[in-house]
Amino acid sequence: MAKLPGPLEIYPLLPGTNCKECGEANCMAFATKMAEHTVKLKACTPLFQDAKYAKKLDKIQVLVRPPVREVVIGVGENAASIGGKLVLYRHDLRYSNPTSFFIDVPDTLDGEALAARIKAIEEWTYVYIGTNLRLDGMALRGVSQDPKIFATAAKKLVELSSWPIMLCSLNPEMLATAANAIADKRPLLYAATMDTWAEVGEIARKHNLPLVAYAPGSLDNLSSLVGTLRAIGLDDIVLDPGTASRKGLGTTVDSFTQVRRSSIIEENELLGYPTIAAPITVWADYREGEAPELTKWDEVLTASALIVRYADLIVLHSLDMWTNLPTTFLRSNLYTDPVKPVAVEAGLMEFGDVGPDSPVMYTTNFALTYFTVESDIKQAGSTAYLVVVDTEGMSVQSAVAGRKLTAERVAETLEEYKVAEKVNHKTLISPGMAARISGETEEVSGWTVKVGPRDSSGIPKYLQEGKWKEE
Amino acid sequence: MTTDKEKTTSLDDMFGDFAELVLENVTIELDELKLALRPMVQQMAKTVARPALEIPKSLIPASFKAPIGKYTQSIQEITIGATKGQGGSRGNTLTIGGHTAPAWDLFQAPPKHPPIVTADVFDMPISLAKAVKMHYKEVLDDPAEWAKLVVNKFGADAVTLHLISTDRALGDTSPNDAAKVIEEVLQAVKVPIIIGSAGDPEKDGPVLAKAAEVCEGEKTLLCSATVDVYEDIAIAAKKHDQIVLSWTSIDINQQKELNRRLFEWLTPEQIVIDPTTAALGYGLEYAFTIMQRMRLAGLLGDEELRFPISSGTTNAWAAREAWMNNPELGPRELRGPIWESVTALALLLAGNDLFMMMHPAAIKTLHDLVDWMKERQKIKPEEYPDWTTLIIPEGT
Repeated sequence: MAKLPGPLEIYPLLPGTNCKECGEANCMAFATKMAEHTVKLKACTPLFQDAKYAKKLDKIQVLVRPPVREVVIGVGENAASIGGKLVLYRHDLRYSNPTSFFIDVPDTLDGEALAARIKAIEEWTYVYIGTNLRLDGMALRGVSQDPKIFATAAKKLVELSSWPIMLCSLNPEMLATAANAIADKRPLLYAATMDTWAEVGEIARKHNLPLVAYAPGSLDNLSSLVGTLRAIGLDDIVLDPGTASRKGLGTTVDSFTQVRRSSIIEENELLGYPTIAAPITVWADYREGEAPELTKWDEVLTASALIVRYADLIVLHSLDMWTNLPTTFLRSNLYTDPVKPVAVEAGLMEFGDVGPDSPVMYTTNFALTYFTVESDIKQAGSTAYLVVVDTEGMSVQSAVAGRKLTAERVAETLEEYKVAEKVNHKTLISPGMAARISGETEEVSGWTVKVGPRDSSGIPKYLQEGKWKEE
Repeated sequence: MTTDKEKTTSLDDMFGDFAELVLENVTIELDELKLALRPMVQQMAKTVARPALEIPKSLIPASFKAPIGKYTQSIQEITIGATKGQGGSRGNTLTIGGHTAPAWDLFQAPPKHPPIVTADVFDMPISLAKAVKMHYKEVLDDPAEWAKLVVNKFGADAVTLHLISTDRALGDTSPNDAAKVIEEVLQAVKVPIIIGSAGDPEKDGPVLAKAAEVCEGEKTLLCSATVDVYEDIAIAAKKHDQIVLSWTSIDINQQKELNRRLFEWLTPEQIVIDPTTAALGYGLEYAFTIMQRMRLAGLLGDEELRFPISSGTTNAWAAREAWMNNPELGPRELRGPIWESVTALALLLAGNDLFMMMHPAAIKTLHDLVDWMKERQKIKPEEYPDWTTLIIPEGT
């Protein structure tokens, strides 16, 4: 693996004034956090603003440059940062900059359809462990193959949305016209090829825009293309080794893996750039009149494989919940910091205006289990006590099977947090998945155990029905 | 901030095609430029610092070297099932593992044995998500018919018979009752079979010991030995020459510990490991990372982790997004099986070898994926479609 710099290498290149503008106590503290990759260099504002640090800035930027560079698409708070990857395996540290999802906007959509499409993309969302899952950008495709129509659509797009844009056409004239129209929005140009690198490179240089080097099917070609674009003076490059689905999926996964492995493990600086994949390519096999679900199914599989295997940006057509939920979930999962604790603290939680009549439920201290239960109770506004049993961070089902959730442990927890003193009853609601230990729990704890729903989404209804109070 | 942005923009517009010309003078003007223009200045300063660029007239040739890794040992090969000639009664055997490279690093080595799917069969009716149940409702109370269905119709490579009725809380059927069901299933299908216990600490040992005896000669996989219940199972597996699934709870050290204990009775040809599968969205990353780490550790010389990996992929259905009846999330007939499929795909890429699954569409998808990925195809550059101009019907 490429060596990542330590605090003692970083520190001499900082201003050394301990100005605290970055929010840290001093420059050494900032250097330490830089080495841990928990702060970004741009937080050190003096380094960027004061011309006397220009040399230090140049040096430190090279020193801390990740093996996969970061490329920014768009401007303002919606800008998408892609790449900036430090490791090949998430367990080596963590993955940064979750894969950006750019969604298809054909330039042939008329005014109303365009507005509706943009709205649908911007509003696609789902609440997942307390955060809103979202998509990231617009992939404006030059389906019309008419430069004027393409540029007009680009202008309309920036009027309607402040989201980052990718201009997609293999025709340099199309890209030149549209780039001229919206260059200040810093769109990503897709793409320079083995045939068009000179023209597209020039557009990128003229407007200082990031661009995609597209050389499908040959990593020699891709290397050659990138080397040539760099010779023109371009450095905000995104790599597209080509996306093929179905029979070509193995080759695609293999190419993306080789690119990333080469840049991180072998320090091949030439290919140390973010990658882009186009699962949208599955639609080439779609014939009008067919059920689109099978094509969407393939798009999900292609996207999922490439989220796992190193795509920093993916272009998708589908906007359904059933297609984008699994992919956004997968992205969230893989980009979670692996050192994040699996467990929350055990204890007694109170929801709503609890009193002696309030129901008492229990769950485990696996973070995901706990937060899911918590969110279900809160969203419904239910009033209840929730006993959080220490199962060493395991879910209910696994903890029962792995004997981390036992009658004894439930009884001990009830005892430890003096739950009996809080309420005027001795009825405990168990997770449905822990039904197996309910009898034993009654014997050991002396509480009456009622088996609740198997999934916590059923808690509000279960409490409302009040069955737990029945004899 | 808007004013600053405007300035940057206008300056950029102003330079336009003449950027190169302006760059030559920029060092003098550096100090005069406003702070807001810093990013642009850096760009210029950088360019100035370099020697003048010579625009290449043609592509600069380059070649790419495949990033081959060094691995010191291969993953153990495990063969499940035995044919008549081998002392069993199966029509075929299944071999997993044997890998010499990280999963799907085709440039280094394709998988020695492609991953396989075994379909879950239960010895009593159980509650299932609607999207799953609709495919099984005819066979829920007949394990032999159930086994035939998953093999003949859904294409499962093997059958996992879960003896859940042996659980003291679910019927408390005896090891002898379980033996009868095992014999029925062995009669019903010719593929290798895998035996799952109920997860009852008192019953699992005796039930799996009986299963090992009934399956004498069949090279079945006994699921599972855990840190709490392993001795009876390992002893029976040794006596009757069966394979054991060494199952732990998302803890790589626990996995090593359990394997060390199993070594007392078992040879490396008798162990498959399972670090527990959590559903997509509900802890999948733990399973993913631990599988990836185990595979790498095995390849790099760890004797305690060099085993093929198994996943209870059906656990994907624990995610409410897979089964919830909520029209806003799209039809659950698609949402459920795609959930199981994506869970499987992530673990496939992490290095899993044996998938225990349920939904027929997900089973087919896993087989498709393995088929699509098992070797590199030579795809010519011109064979990649130009997706930028694809006409995709509106509303799809």
